[in-house]
Amino acid sequence: MAAVTGGTRPGSLGRRRRRRQAVQRWVVVAVTGVFFLLPLIAMVEFTTRAPSGSGRTLDVWRTLADVGRLSEQYPDLLDGVTASAGLVVLTVLLMLVLLVPTMIWVRLRLPWLRRPMEFACLLPLTVPAIVLVVGLAPVYAWVAYFLGPSSLTLCFAYTVLVLPYAYRAIDTGLSAIDVRTLSEAARSLGAGWFTVIARVVLPNIRSAVLSASFLSVALVLGEFTVANLLSRTNVQVAINLLGKRDPSISVAVSLTSLVIAFLLLLVLSLAGVRRRSRGPRRRPDQTVLAATPVQEIS
Amino acid sequence: MSSSALPAAAAPNEAAPATEVTTSGGRRGRRVTATAASLIGVVPFGLLVTFFLAIPTLVVIIGSFLDADNRFTLANVRGLADDVVLQAYWRSIWISAVTAVVGALLGALVAHAVSTAVEGGVLRRVITAACGVLAQFGGVTLAFAFLATFGFTGFVTVWLQNTFGVDPYGAGGWLTDTPGLLLVYSYFQIPLMVIVFLPALDGLRPQWREATETLGGSTVAYWRHVAGPILLPSFLGGMLLLFANAFSAYATAKALISQGSPIVPLKIDAAISGEVISGQDNIAKAMALGMVVVVAVVLWLYARLQRRTSAWLR
Amino acid sequence: MTTPATTTQDSGREVRLEDLRRTYGDVHALDGLSLAVAPGRMLVLLGPSGCGKTTALRALAGLEEVDGGRVLVGGRDLTGVPASRRDMGMVFQAYSLFPHLTALENVAFGLRMRRVGASERRRRAGEALELVGLSGLAERFAGEMSGGQQQRVALARALAIRPSVLLLDEPLSALDARVRTQLREEIRRIQLEVGTTAVFVTHDQEEALAVADEVGVMSAGRLEQLAAPQEVYDRPATPFVAGFVGLTSRVPATVRDGRASTAGGEVPLLPGSVDAGSVDVLVRPEAVLVSRDDLADGAAGRVVHTSFLGALARVTLATDAGELLAQLPASAATGLGPGTPVTWSLAATPALAVPSET
Repeated sequence: MAAVTGGTRPGSLGRRRRRRQAVQRWVVVAVTGVFFLLPLIAMVEFTTRAPSGSGRTLDVWRTLADVGRLSEQYPDLLDGVTASAGLVVLTVLLMLVLLVPTMIWVRLRLPWLRRPMEFACLLPLTVPAIVLVVGLAPVYAWVAYFLGPSSLTLCFAYTVLVLPYAYRAIDTGLSAIDVRTLSEAARSLGAGWFTVIARVVLPNIRSAVLSASFLSVALVLGEFTVANLLSRTNVQVAINLLGKRDPSISVAVSLTSLVIAFLLLLVLSLAGVRRRSRGPRRRPDQTVLAATPVQEIS
Repeated sequence: MSSSALPAAAAPNEAAPATEVTTSGGRRGRRVTATAASLIGVVPFGLLVTFFLAIPTLVVIIGSFLDADNRFTLANVRGLADDVVLQAYWRSIWISAVTAVVGALLGALVAHAVSTAVEGGVLRRVITAACGVLAQFGGVTLAFAFLATFGFTGFVTVWLQNTFGVDPYGAGGWLTDTPGLLLVYSYFQIPLMVIVFLPALDGLRPQWREATETLGGSTVAYWRHVAGPILLPSFLGGMLLLFANAFSAYATAKALISQGSPIVPLKIDAAISGEVISGQDNIAKAMALGMVVVVAVVLWLYARLQRRTSAWLR
Repeated sequence: MTTPATTTQDSGREVRLEDLRRTYGDVHALDGLSLAVAPGRMLVLLGPSGCGKTTALRALAGLEEVDGGRVLVGGRDLTGVPASRRDMGMVFQAYSLFPHLTALENVAFGLRMRRVGASERRRRAGEALELVGLSGLAERFAGEMSGGQQQRVALARALAIRPSVLLLDEPLSALDARVRTQLREEIRRIQLEVGTTAVFVTHDQEEALAVADEVGVMSAGRLEQLAAPQEVYDRPATPFVAGFVGLTSRVPATVRDGRASTAGGEVPLLPGSVDAGSVDVLVRPEAVLVSRDDLADGAAGRVVHTSFLGALARVTLATDAGELLAQLPASAATGLGPGTPVTWSLAATPALAVPSET
C-alpha cells in the first residue's frame, strides 16, 4: 500500500494563515509563559532574601548544596530524600517483577483473566489516593507488625497507585506486537515459558516498559497523600514538614525538584527522538505526554 | 504465500493447553489442571492487588456502615448530612468544577497553540515537558511556590503593595481559602488539560481541513462543523479528568492551608489523624465513600453526555 | 450559464495550467508546468513519487500556493483564489471522510456550506449516493465502511456540489488490488455520465492507461509527454516515458538511416530517438518474438524463467544482447521451461533508441 500523502508539507497552509497561526501561538505561549514562570521567579526571589530585610543572599542555596551541613541542620529532609530514593527503586522493581510477567502470562495462558485484570489495574483511577489511604491504614498496621515501620514498605501501596499508568503503557506495548505468535514460534523451537517471557517478549516491549518505569518514578517522587496519612516519610512529606519550620529552604528544595524534573523530562523527549524504536515512531512530545501520570497530584 | 514450505511445526495450540481438544474423557481433567498450573503465575500479583487495593476498598465501603463496636449503623452516613461536612463537600465540588472548566478552556487554547507548532521542535518539547512537570509535581512544591508568590510576604504581594499601594491581604487571608485554592488548582489543571487534549488535537487529520475547504467551508465553518464536534468527546473527557483530579487533590491543600479543613480531603485527614476528635475512623470512611459516590455520579453524567455527542465513536 | 437539458449539471469546464512554478528550498516541485484539459475529459497525471503531480493537483485545487504561473478554469483566472471559492470537488487518497458524520451527512456537507436547504440537501445527497451505488449505506459512519466504500462516498461528496472540475489525488492507492480495478472502472463510468472535467493523479501506470482520455507523464516537476494512452504506450516521447509506462527491455543496436540494427532484426525508430552510433533500443515485451523453432532474423537465446499470467505468459530470456522480456499468449509458451534453448527476434514495431548504457 502506498504511503498516504498528507497536507502537512510546507506551504500547504498558505502563508497568510501560517503567519497568523504563528502570531497566535506566540501570544498564547507568552501569556501562559508569564503565568507559569511567575511562581518560579518568585521562588528564586524568596530564597535569596537577606534576613536583614534588604539585599540578596545565597545562604539558603549554599546550605542546600552542602550535603554535610544539610544532614546536620535538616536531618528529616535527608531522611525523606533517601526514603524516596529507596521507594523509587523498590516500586519500579515490584512493578517490573509483578506486573509485566503477569500481564504477559495472562495474555498467553489466561485470556479470560484479561478483563478482570484490566478492571483491577484501572480501579485506582476511580478510587483516589485520599480514599484508598483510609482503607490502607489497617492493612499497614498489619504490615508494620511483620515488616517494621520503615517508610520503604510504602512500595506496595505505591505499586498499586502506579497500576493504571503502568498497565496502560505495557498494554499498549503488548498490543503492538503479536505476543501469541511470538510465543508460539518460540515454543515450537523448544523454549520454556521463562525464556519466552524474558528473552522473546520482554525485549520487544522495551519502550513500553521504559515508559511504565518512568511513569512510576514520576508518581513515586510526587506522592504525598499516602505517605503523610500513614505517618511515614518521603521527600514530599519532608518538604512539607520543613515548610512549617523554615520556609526558605523548603521553597529552595521545591524549586530544585521542579527544575530537575523539568530537565529530566526534556532529556527524555530528546531520547525519544534519537532512540530507534521498534514500534511506530513516536514524536518526542508524545513520549513526554505518555510519561506523565494523568491523575491527581496526590 | 507459500506456507506449505514450512515443515510441520508443533501443534499451534501448544501455547493454550486450556483450549486443547483431547479425548472427551481427559479433556475436563486436563483443562482444570492446566488452568490451575497457569493460575500460579498470577498469584503474586493477585496477592498485591488483594491486600493493597481490594481490601482497603472494601474496608472503606464496609467501614462506612460500622460503628465503633463493629455493628451495622447508618450513623456515619447520616453524619455526612452535617452542615460543616456538607459545606466541605460543596466547596470541594465547587472548586473542582470551576477549575475543571477554567483549566479545560485555557488548557485547550494552549494545547491548540502548541499543536500548530513544528513537530519535534523546541517550543513543543519545552512546553510539553513543562506541562508534564506541573501536572504531576504539584502538591507540596506548588503550594510553596504559591506561598512564595502570593503569600503574605510573597513576591507579587509585596510588589503590589509597594508599586500600587494595593494590599491583597487587606480583606484578610485569601490564598489559604477558596480563592487561593481556585488559583493554585488552576495552576496544575491547565497543564494537565494540555497533556490530555494535545493528542486529540494531533489526531485531527489535515485531510479533514482540506476537504472542508474544497467543499466551500471557511475556517469558522471548519471549527463549527468538523473539528469542534470531533474534539468534543475528548474535551469533555479532559474536563471530567480535571474534575476528578481537583476533587481528590490533597497534597496542595494540605501544604497550603495550615488551619481548618475547608475541603473534604482535609476533613478526612483530620478525622484519621484524630486531631480534633479521636475515634473518627469510620466517619473518615463514610466521607471517603461519599467522595467515590460524587465521582461516580459525575462519571455517569459524563457517560450520558458522551452517548449524545459521539454516536460515531462506537 | 445555460444548462443543457441532457446533463445533470453544468458541463465540465476547460482546465488550463500555465507555466506553474513551485519551489521548496532548492527543490523544484513544479518547473514550468503547462497543460490544458478539454471540457468533460479526464486527464491522468502519471509519474513516480516526487515528480510534482500531487503538487500540481493541489495547486489547481488551491491547497498549495504557487510561486509563478496561472491556473485557469473555464477561462477564469483562479490563481490566488482560496480553495473554498474554487468550486472544485476533490477526492483524497484516504481518511478524508468526516468521522463524526454519516455517509449521507458527509455527502451533504458541501451543500450545507453552500447554504442549501435541508430537504433539498437530503435529496441531492441521496442522488449522489445512488450514483455511486451506496444508497444503502446512507446512515453508516466512516468507521463502519470498507476502504472502497469510503472512497465511493468521498466521490459522491465531491460530485454532490456539481463542481466544475473533479480532482482525484491517488484515490485508489490505499485500496486492495481487486477493489482498485473495480473502482477505477466505476470512477471512469461516473465521470463520463456526469460529464465533469477531471484530473486524476496516480503513480500506477496501468491505472492511468485504463481510465484516461489523456495521460500526462511527469518527472521532476515537468511534463514529459501529454497524449492519449495508446500514444503514450506505443510512441513514448522520451526515455523516461518509455521506461515508466509499460515494461521494456534494452536491446543494443547500431543506428543506420533511421533504422536500428539489432541481433534480432531491424527496428524502425520513433521520433526523439538518438540518430547515430551505438544505442539501446527500448522494446516492449509483445514486440519480442520467441520460438523453439528457427525465426527469420532470429538470434539464439535461453529461457531463464516463465511467468504465467492467465491468458498471457511473460518469458525472461538470457541472450547475447542481454536479458530480454517477451510476452506471448499462454498457449504459445507451453514447454518454455527454464533452460530451454529458443530463437528470438524483434517485430517491426517502432521503438525509441536511447544512448547506450555501456
